[in-house]
Amino acid sequence: MAQLAAVVGVGQTKYKTKRKDVSIAGMVREAAVNALEDAGLTWNDIDAVIIGKAPDMFEGVIMPELYLTDALGCNGKPMLRVHTAGSVGGSTAIVAATYVQSGVFKRILTVSFEKQSESNAMWALSNPQPFSPHLNAGAGGYFAPIIREYMRRSNAPYDAGIKVAVKDRLHGAKNPLAHLQLPEITMKEVEDSPMLWEPLRFLEACPSSDGACAMVIANEELAAKSPRKPAWIRGAAMRSEPTMYAGREQVNPRAGIDCAKDVYAQAGIHNPRKDLDCAEVYVPFSWYEPMWLENLGFADEGKGWELTMSGATSLTEGGDIPWNPSGGVLCSNPIGASGMIRFAEAAQQVRGEAGDHQVDGAKTALGHAYGGGAQFYSMWVVSSEKA
Amino acid sequence: MSSSAEILSQAFTLGYTYTRSTGPIVGQFLTSLRARKMVGIKASDGKVLVPPVEFDPVSAAALTEFVDVADAGVVKTWCWVKEPRKAHPSDKPFAWAMIQLDGADTPMLHWVDAGDEAAMSTGMRVKVRWAEETKGLMSDVNGFVPEAVALLGELKPATSDEQITGMEAPIYLTYNFTAGKATARYLQSMKKGKLVGQRCPNCRNVYIPPRGSCAACGVPTEEEVTLGNKATVESFTIVYIPIPGNPIKPPYVIANLVLDGANLSFLHLLSECKNEDVRIGMRVEALWKPEAEWGYAMENIQYFKPIDEPDVPVDQIGKLIDEGR
Repeated sequence: MAQLAAVVGVGQTKYKTKRKDVSIAGMVREAAVNALEDAGLTWNDIDAVIIGKAPDMFEGVIMPELYLTDALGCNGKPMLRVHTAGSVGGSTAIVAATYVQSGVFKRILTVSFEKQSESNAMWALSNPQPFSPHLNAGAGGYFAPIIREYMRRSNAPYDAGIKVAVKDRLHGAKNPLAHLQLPEITMKEVEDSPMLWEPLRFLEACPSSDGACAMVIANEELAAKSPRKPAWIRGAAMRSEPTMYAGREQVNPRAGIDCAKDVYAQAGIHNPRKDLDCAEVYVPFSWYEPMWLENLGFADEGKGWELTMSGATSLTEGGDIPWNPSGGVLCSNPIGASGMIRFAEAAQQVRGEAGDHQVDGAKTALGHAYGGGAQFYSMWVVSSEKA
Repeated sequence: MSSSAEILSQAFTLGYTYTRSTGPIVGQFLTSLRARKMVGIKASDGKVLVPPVEFDPVSAAALTEFVDVADAGVVKTWCWVKEPRKAHPSDKPFAWAMIQLDGADTPMLHWVDAGDEAAMSTGMRVKVRWAEETKGLMSDVNGFVPEAVALLGELKPATSDEQITGMEAPIYLTYNFTAGKATARYLQSMKKGKLVGQRCPNCRNVYIPPRGSCAACGVPTEEEVTLGNKATVESFTIVYIPIPGNPIKPPYVIANLVLDGANLSFLHLLSECKNEDVRIGMRVEALWKPEAEWGYAMENIQYFKPIDEPDVPVDQIGKLIDEGR
């Protein structure tokens, strides 16, 4: 029988275009120290460190975990790196949680990061490949045709994506750590922003950010001694599927549906819109909100955009199920950390520590990440209550 | 020898010039190097670490106290490189060595220009040979030499005394990439102007380019299927930004195309039409480059262009039988 585990500390850096003042180690360290301080702990209290980041090509440091052992106090401790592309921040947190739930370790520091300013994400995600035409135009180029197909199937109004772009930026304006601070943003401004990968406009896409996120995850006994409220991990699940095979459903991928079912079953969620108080979901391009609303069971197939347009997912409009109150990936995207930020922000909500973007009385929240060609999924449900 | 045994290899370079921010500790070390001074940092246990590190490897404490050390020291261990490679710092035989500078408690890795292996020994004294011009890089130390060697080169003063906070890190890796059996067969067909995919023995779906296996069924694919030039637009995007390193001028249409008789799309350019006229279900055809330009590449097809055929209903995309064969 798995033991209970909880998030007892969260630490983040401010997310920004360039952190020129610190090395990769210095940046990762900053998040880790913030998490330890939040948990009222020191390096000596940590049994193991689990680290995650997206492809090494982003910084050109191969196996950065080797060089980060000093910065993360790993002398004499187990250290492990997780890698599942853009979902890695989520799967890293799940690996850490699993080690605690299994009883192998009592208290783990888990960290993820990206320092995108050291290269160019579009290059790193679509560099030339041998014997292949060089036609991949970054993540946006990959996802835009899938979004187009969603728009066709669902008959969504053209501005559903624009609505998400505005909504998440208004959320981000309440989060001092968010990279993009656009409190005055309007639908018109998003609509008038340059088209990048039609149908995706500049302001419908995530930024490139530098930043790191860390959490301390502890077992039940140690969580009880924690100075601040723990966020109890009520369920955690991962799924993957191949990127390309004949008949693959790309708009509403099977692996995402299955992963959500699994995590809801563990957490006793029957109706996600009613049973959850908010969700932090990996939405790097605006249209992925309505798409994931359907994939994650918040709306019927083809109806996700209706929820978005109604304001149900908006904190500022008083919606019943705020999505990405932190501003989400559309406001801050240090890729390797983006998934963990979703998980950590879900934890902050149920701990009551989310500051100005706190969802009133949030007790149960979903953290979600996806990666690769929408082929890796990781999700957790955290709650202020143990059961 | 059957053509399937032909091996296709291609030299391939993956590279980027990264812009690294150094942080204050490494930045100070590089700034000192540029001024031709070696510095270390004091660890929690009082030892002096050279090169300086940001965080104590034992206690994890953040380190801040710099210590000047000498630009001469002792070889702790070494190995001789008889045949230097292109990436090496010297084109003559040299030694890699762990050198502990006077005043330091840890050795650092650098190279020794000793001329001859017989001149190298553990415990020998060496000194820095500073580069004529310094830039704030590790290569400001143009190797070490035995301490008795007289250094006559002129040393230009450093061009700047500004604190170094960043550096460029060019990282270029050249691989010799060998295509697998399925890819090689496919590319050989492309060279002959033919589109040849593979059919899964289990689900009967046809893949082009073939991968030698079906990702849905997890079985090898061997049966070859020759396909025609016609395809249907499964979806597409109009790209308004350049692909780094690709000369295509935006805006251009990248389409997910399914060849008639195939069941999975691939990406290709769509041209000879207005971008705003492109739509899901549109019928298109490959435009091949002149035969003289054909290589082992999908680029033998310059792009796809629209043809005058009715659109394919969406539920039929990827399910069309190739009638042209």
